[in-house]
Amino acid sequence: MSPVLLIFFVLAGLAVLGALSLVLQKHPIHSALSLIVVMVCLAGLYLLMGAEFVAAVQIIVYGGAIMVLFIFVIMLLNAGAEERTDFSKLAKIAGLPLALALTASIAAAVVKPDPGVPAVTQVVIPNATEKISSMLFNEFVYPFELTSFLILVAILGALVLAQREKK
Amino acid sequence: MIAFLQQYAFWIITIVKIALLLFIVLTVNAYLTWFERKAVAHIQSRWGPHRVGPHGLLQPAADGLKFLFKEDVTPAGVDRFVYYLAPFLSLMLSLTALAVIPFAPNPLPFKILGEHVYLWITNPDIGLLILFAITALSVYGIALAGWASNSKYSLMGGLRSSAQMISYELALTMSVVGVLLMANTFSLQSIIEQQANAKWGVGFLGWNIIAWTHQGLFFPQIIGFICFFTSAIAETNRAPFDLPEAESELVAGFHTEYSSFKFAMFFIAEYTAMITVSCLATILFFGGWLSPFASTPFWHFTYYIPSITLIPFGLWVIYDGLKYETIFGKLILPAIGFAMFAIGGALIALPAVNDYIQPIFWFTAKIFVFLFFYVWARGTLPRLRYDQLMNVGWKLLLPVSIANVIVTAGVVIARSYR
Repeated sequence: MSPVLLIFFVLAGLAVLGALSLVLQKHPIHSALSLIVVMVCLAGLYLLMGAEFVAAVQIIVYGGAIMVLFIFVIMLLNAGAEERTDFSKLAKIAGLPLALALTASIAAAVVKPDPGVPAVTQVVIPNATEKISSMLFNEFVYPFELTSFLILVAILGALVLAQREKK
Repeated sequence: MIAFLQQYAFWIITIVKIALLLFIVLTVNAYLTWFERKAVAHIQSRWGPHRVGPHGLLQPAADGLKFLFKEDVTPAGVDRFVYYLAPFLSLMLSLTALAVIPFAPNPLPFKILGEHVYLWITNPDIGLLILFAITALSVYGIALAGWASNSKYSLMGGLRSSAQMISYELALTMSVVGVLLMANTFSLQSIIEQQANAKWGVGFLGWNIIAWTHQGLFFPQIIGFICFFTSAIAETNRAPFDLPEAESELVAGFHTEYSSFKFAMFFIAEYTAMITVSCLATILFFGGWLSPFASTPFWHFTYYIPSITLIPFGLWVIYDGLKYETIFGKLILPAIGFAMFAIGGALIALPAVNDYIQPIFWFTAKIFVFLFFYVWARGTLPRLRYDQLMNVGWKLLLPVSIANVIVTAGVVIARSYR
């Protein structure tokens, strides 16, 4: 087994374990920590594919900024361990078949790969950051700016909701 | 045996380099605490540590032993897993950050096991982004320690630190963008190499803090540097931004409930973060390993500055050591002084070695200046109030650093049209 493959399996296994623990943990902080593990492992997987910039941004934005806010809010509200309630009826009836269908479709895709989609080569592309940014600011500049506008609207909405009480 | 070693030469050399770097950084950490206590004491007209060894030089060793032998208390009602995880996380992340810092441009003048040995652990193209990624994660160590301790002082400290680090991370990242725009790369090595300047024989004009290399149109990153260093002090939770551990309000903040070596781990993490920030400030704004003098033949005499510093200092250490009556004074201090004297002399006698250590000397000297700044700020500035802290971060540093980015971008565009 090559070292790259070994690292892949370690990271992938950790990511799956983290995702399971995210769902199964009872305390919100433990769940949030599991999510951080998943995100850092994903960053490692990106790094294995040679996408250095995406890996760093994954950690900075998701692992750092967003999850710190999650943890901050959980700490601020001092949320305790959640109580196990009965599952919803929809989950009881549709949950298992849907999970099976999803697993089956993923397994089918893994077993019989589509020849039209080329495999990702594990080659570090020089100046990848430059290429990503020129693509982002030339070809996709309008969707990119629209997304940031959307986020601005969300921030303003949160501000309005928070300030509504005071007059 | 030799064949085996040569096959895995890269791995072996990397592991040895990591061990050496850890040893050096932890020793520097220990003596940084000594230096800090001594400098703050002299700022406040006190003597500082002076009982354990000459000038209190063995104080760090005594403190380290004390940390190891103290009782390791785990308070009742803590979240055990997170409580133990937090100090490890802090220490691990702050030590990892040092791995991407390049300390000298050239490989060692001789090959080991057929490989060139460079003075860095790794030198990735996105070095700066990796450093920011590690900084982004390092808030968890403190926040989780505060939360897991099951104590209101710790929780307050943890909350404060999360809020503070989220706020100042924005200004920290923004203030560096100006340098990145001028350098057009994330690689720390390239950022340093672009700051070289041979004009008029003064190298320091090329550093990003002045940035005279860019013919005609230049824009000093001094505003960027001030924003960067201020937010970096806040990011490392040092005075005057040490609200997470404000002792007059929160006992000891996030590490109130930590004792013995778990406390020492937070301590080492904080001091290592100081060193990393000093390295980063040096690399981004002060030319990293570049000498402040040009590399023209006229300025070649500046190559003797390391010797000129070492020889008199070594002689002084011998003179000072002889005044003590203990074995440390009589034997060890003169021996250290003689070693310094001998190294200084050897550097004059061996020009090849002297050439090689120039970048290391300047890099270390600049890092030391920034570490002194840290201590100086702690000794002289009062702690900010919480609302002042938030105002400085959001209403002053962030807008100013964004303005700096916009103006720098304008200058870079204007330069490309010339």
